Amino acid sequence: MSPVSKSGAAIAAARAEGRPALICYLPAGFPDVQGTIDAAVAMAENGADIIEVGIPYSDPVMDGSVIQDATVQSLAQGFKVAQVFDIIKGITSRCSATVMVMTYWNPVLRMGVDEFSRRLAEAGGAGLITPDLVPDEAAEWMEASDKYGLDRVFLVAPSSTEARMKATVAASRGFVYCVSVMGVTGARAEVSDAAAAVVAAAHAAGAENACVGLGVSQRKHVEEIGAYSDGVIVGTALVAALGDGGVDAVAKLTAELSGRAVSA
Amino acid sequence: MNPMTGDPDQGESKPASAPSHSLRHAAGPYFGDYGGRWMPESLIAAMDELNETFEAAKADPEFIAQVKDLNKNYSGRPSLLTEAKRFSEAAGGVRVFLKREDLNHTGSHKINNVLGQALLAKRMGKTRIIAETGAGQHGVASATAAALMGLECVVYMGAEDTRRQALNVARMQLLGATVIPVTAGSQTLKDAINEALRDWVANVGTTHYLLGTAAGGHPFPAMVRYFHEVIGEEAREQIIAQAGRLPDAVAACIGGGSNAIGIFHGFLDDAEVELYGFEAGGDGIDTPRHAATITLGKPGVLHGAKSYLMQDDDGQTIESHSISAGLDYPGVGPEHAYLADIGRVHYEPITDTEAMDAFSLLCRTEGIIPAIESSHALAGVLKIAARKIAAGAVPEETIIIANLSGRGDKDVGTAAEWFNLIDSKAKDAK
Repeated sequence: MSPVSKSGAAIAAARAEGRPALICYLPAGFPDVQGTIDAAVAMAENGADIIEVGIPYSDPVMDGSVIQDATVQSLAQGFKVAQVFDIIKGITSRCSATVMVMTYWNPVLRMGVDEFSRRLAEAGGAGLITPDLVPDEAAEWMEASDKYGLDRVFLVAPSSTEARMKATVAASRGFVYCVSVMGVTGARAEVSDAAAAVVAAAHAAGAENACVGLGVSQRKHVEEIGAYSDGVIVGTALVAALGDGGVDAVAKLTAELSGRAVSA
Repeated sequence: MNPMTGDPDQGESKPASAPSHSLRHAAGPYFGDYGGRWMPESLIAAMDELNETFEAAKADPEFIAQVKDLNKNYSGRPSLLTEAKRFSEAAGGVRVFLKREDLNHTGSHKINNVLGQALLAKRMGKTRIIAETGAGQHGVASATAAALMGLECVVYMGAEDTRRQALNVARMQLLGATVIPVTAGSQTLKDAINEALRDWVANVGTTHYLLGTAAGGHPFPAMVRYFHEVIGEEAREQIIAQAGRLPDAVAACIGGGSNAIGIFHGFLDDAEVELYGFEAGGDGIDTPRHAATITLGKPGVLHGAKSYLMQDDDGQTIESHSISAGLDYPGVGPEHAYLADIGRVHYEPITDTEAMDAFSLLCRTEGIIPAIESSHALAGVLKIAARKIAAGAVPEETIIIANLSGRGDKDVGTAAEWFNLIDSKAKDAK
């Protein structure tokens, strides 16, 4: 009845290997469009199961300063939303990684939810992660994602009530994004204890795949979180690596996170 | 329609005094296609808690009595309705009345909302309030309410604005608040809101976000309007008492739209009263430097609500411009978007120059220095008056109310620069 989930399949493949899926974020157009593609391919070659490409947005209320600075740079260089589709094509033509798009909602609304979804599917994208869209407001997206066979990843948080957890899990396809801490994106030394509780609540609400993001930056976090979740999402640490050391640094950090040797 | 907002029956629940076709007391979350909650899941539980607390408080006589007492004995309400006779002469002889929100404690309408929300923060057991501010009016009002009620207060203000409004920063600090300059993005009001939202996500257990305008996710638009409804209710009673009838038109300035929705509310069901909202036209709406959100914007989502929005073809927010920091916002409250679409309220732009001319006129004809925000409404009154007279209205039988939403003390520096007063003074000294 519901379309086959690409991100769900990627997570299932990791599970079959006895490990959590590694989901790696980077912003589109940072350091430039080609650089995003190259870095994403390096992530895929070093153990990333899912690549999450973020669309730079003028008002990113869920992002901390590292990701804000990267997206500001991308926009200042003239990034246009439609280029995200070129980036997805560029990545999927060079590797087999599953590519999701993370986006604040207004850019999608502006293009038109159906039009955006059609072009995303056409480019080979797996679906959307939507940090400021809750299922309550998602009627149009539910319809379009069904029509084009796209995954829809909503967020759940330590503050989510049981009723909201259930409704959000039911509305999601692929995985649910468990926010580990009440806060915005940014590397943290320790991952909050709240993460395990959020994952447990998501599983109890029926989620097949519950992945953890926010604050995850090191291999030890991947191991800790991987013990109870289905996937681990890393953003800020990779964006900082890309900014400081380019594609090589991204390859090295991704390999470290996935517990592998670097592959060029 | 919206089972997860926790108030399924809200759309139907209206006070008994309002007929079923009434535009007053619209409860949200939606106003036509606008409003809702376009925001992170992390904040939804806090929005639900706020909504439940607000709904319970509205039905609690003790809370209503507390608000009334503060309005009367702290803010100084009711604010006066002053007939501006010499300004009226300049407006072609129509009768212009000013709703004197400038006379409230702290100098603007903002106090109505902050007292109400600070009471709700206390009811929720929150110990800390955060607020955004542009020119500093809402920041000062929030710091005031926090001092009065013993709450910790942190105000986010664009770094650019902290430099332009150094005295207001000092006022907030004197009142015990911490002011955090925001260096992200355009360093203005919208970025201050972004930063306040980031703080709220991280501290939502102890903190209430005291949003200063009738925008944002549900219940903010309906709640902020509720605390400002007193403006329109007083104005309606006062004009009937003083002029013996309802006005022909009511004018207010619009940034996010809180003073406007407050005064409009009193007249929404009086079909014969024309309502006008005046947006910041900046350098002119044929230039990129303005904040005419309803006039030129397109529907979108920003800061939690669907409404008109200044945005480019990619959905990126466009930076607004206005000489008035309080109107310098690229969004607008969702109820205004709805009232614009159904044609109940007319929204028009006023340029910086038109606003400053009206500012000067009120200073010299009435001995009242208005806020530059409010001067947009005054400039609008001059336009409405000219049109009515041109259409054959008898001037002395035409009544227009302008909401004088704030006093201009904070704007003296800007005005002195605009009218070259500082330069000429320096020359005189030589």
